[in-house]
Amino acid sequence: MTDLTRRSLVKGGTALGAAAALTGPALLDWAKAWAQASPWKPEKGAKLSMLRWKYFVQSEDDAFVKMIDAFTKATGVPVQIARESYEDVQPKASVAANTGTGPDIFWGLYSLPHLFPQKCVDMTDVADYLGKKYGGWVDSAVKYGKNGNKWIAIPICYSGALINWRVEASKKAGWSAFPTKNDEFLEYAKAMKAQGTPGGFAFGHASGDGNTWLHWALWSHGGQTVDANDKVIINSPETMKALEFAKALYGNMIPGTASWNDGSNNKAFLAKEIHWTNNGISIYVAAQNSAKDVAADMNHAYFPIGPVGKTTELHLMYPALAMNYTKNPQACKALIAFMLEADNFNPWIQSARGYLTHCLNAYDNNPIWTADPKNTPYRDVAKRSLTAGGLGSVGEKAATAIADFIVVDMFANYATGREDAKGAIAIAERQLKRIYR
Amino acid sequence: MTDVALKSRLDKRPIQEPTSWDRLKTNKNWLGLWFMLPAGAILILFLAYPLGLGVWLSFTDAKIGRAGEFVGLENYEWLREDSTFLLSVFNTLLYTTVASIIKFAVGLYLALLLNERLPFKAILRAVVLIPFIVPTVLSAIAFWWIYDAQFSIISWSLKQMGLITTNIDFLGDVWNARWSTIFANIWRGVPFVAITLLAGLQTVSPSLYEAATIDGATPWQRFRFITYPLLTPIIAVVMTFSVLFTFTDFQLIWVMTRGGPVNATHLMATLSYQRAIIGGSLGEGAAISTAMIPFLLAAIMVSWFGLQRRKWQQGGDND
Repeated sequence: MTDLTRRSLVKGGTALGAAAALTGPALLDWAKAWAQASPWKPEKGAKLSMLRWKYFVQSEDDAFVKMIDAFTKATGVPVQIARESYEDVQPKASVAANTGTGPDIFWGLYSLPHLFPQKCVDMTDVADYLGKKYGGWVDSAVKYGKNGNKWIAIPICYSGALINWRVEASKKAGWSAFPTKNDEFLEYAKAMKAQGTPGGFAFGHASGDGNTWLHWALWSHGGQTVDANDKVIINSPETMKALEFAKALYGNMIPGTASWNDGSNNKAFLAKEIHWTNNGISIYVAAQNSAKDVAADMNHAYFPIGPVGKTTELHLMYPALAMNYTKNPQACKALIAFMLEADNFNPWIQSARGYLTHCLNAYDNNPIWTADPKNTPYRDVAKRSLTAGGLGSVGEKAATAIADFIVVDMFANYATGREDAKGAIAIAERQLKRIYR
Repeated sequence: MTDVALKSRLDKRPIQEPTSWDRLKTNKNWLGLWFMLPAGAILILFLAYPLGLGVWLSFTDAKIGRAGEFVGLENYEWLREDSTFLLSVFNTLLYTTVASIIKFAVGLYLALLLNERLPFKAILRAVVLIPFIVPTVLSAIAFWWIYDAQFSIISWSLKQMGLITTNIDFLGDVWNARWSTIFANIWRGVPFVAITLLAGLQTVSPSLYEAATIDGATPWQRFRFITYPLLTPIIAVVMTFSVLFTFTDFQLIWVMTRGGPVNATHLMATLSYQRAIIGGSLGEGAAISTAMIPFLLAAIMVSWFGLQRRKWQQGGDND
């Protein structure tokens, strides 16, 4: 049996490496000791309910359930978990915020808590506790978690949105490594299409894949929706260049990407219809399970660098928030803190097989990132990610703009020929000015 | 002697006037009011109040999670020049008009067919109902696969037959997407029209057809002068509901396209949901919903005033 003391648990973070991960009775003993030492004592008779995004990797959810069970056994707090497509968590959270009733905890996407910051339980103490214990938060997580000086949510993890590409087909087209510059990427896309192995990015209303790559396309050319003062600056020569780039890329993609949602590229990649796209690691995980030849021949890469000369990626953040109508705020805090303790988080993140990336610096050492070199690029997505809103604030307005697909529609309008560049920008500008008024 | 004394005492007793309460208890109108109250309360609570709240929200800048301030017609003024909203109005009218007309034509044809003496009639009627029984989301997912840019069964079949060389871009092209979603709506809505009209057809007396046949009426004349006039009231009701269902459709579009590509399939209902719930702008979303009311009222009024016309109900051409 693992020799545990309250002091070692609270101060040390004994299991920073997943090798020390606890299982079975040892996990329960640890959880009980943690509950005793925890700064947050659940309210008497507390029960919790949580609505989370629906898993993409089954083993991640299995580990999550195991962790929640340990929490319940250690604290006596039953936790009811409901799962929804990540796009559907936000509407439910919004309705709950408006009506003042619903799950105690929502674990959703992007800047969800910033849609209703005044409805979120103050999580500053939890964020401080975890930050101090686990090497501090990455910058983008701080932006997503804080509203002013107050943490309104805890950034649990990111899901990296990186390039998934087929190696052999790329080599045949003359590229042994994935291009690292935008202009090279365009040449690559042309060459891949010419040899009958095209790729594709979503131009449809895809909350994840559409928003991530098109914000990259905009930012990599120096375009921005708003400046640091939240003044709308979308109408710029840089945006125009980004539109031209995306249109050229669209012309060299597989037909039909204007209709793609978040699941379309996964299906097409696994069916060998496309040979490059942007996605989380779930394509690779699925390929390892059911299309081993695809898994063996694919790899991951960061998005190329555009004219701005630096990385401009947007990855999917998953923040967890507690609603202020909850009768058990202490139990909510205890649960969220418990989830991010090393003894829980390390085995959990391993079970996610690279789909989830940590926001606390101490977890860089988890062996999942080096056990398979194809996982490694996903390790750093939290550090590389910019935030919804770009230069502007991560707040209600940025959340509204990204939820309303303003950037996605601007690019799609031009790429599909529905609008000229000026018209596409004008539509986006008008909507942004309305949101940022 | 005793009887006389008793009678005398009763005669002396003053006649008691019925109280207001007694009168109320026996008043049919008053009782009717009491019986109506639960229904009235339900209507007010679950229909009128949400509608009123929606209209009120449309005059505010309410956001998710916080009440807004009264902004008058600002939301409507914004929408008046919002190209996405105007596009959604166009899409909704196109979607409703085309789908409703085709649903009516196909539904009427099927109803007439099923009203004939057919082998396996009961099975055929059950088969016609299938699209209506399948949950909307499931049928939407099925159509989403059928229309998939890469895996469409239609594209695959046509390619196998050598009729096309590249996949049809059902949901990625603006007009293809519109027609594809309209087709899905028609598929789903036809059974409602067909079965309801079939129920109407069953009420037409066979003696009318017999008499017409003896008089030498052709099948077209029997339809034109017997079936159609007698079916007109039920057509009015069915088409009113069909138009309302189509105009307010949400699930089919949301599952298949989420309003894309480039908002070409956004209906007013889906745009309202996106702006209000996904985007958080409750006031603006409510204004979009409220803007649907005049169209819906118009559809109801056509049916309502039509049904009031007695001669129309009896098959006449005018009042």
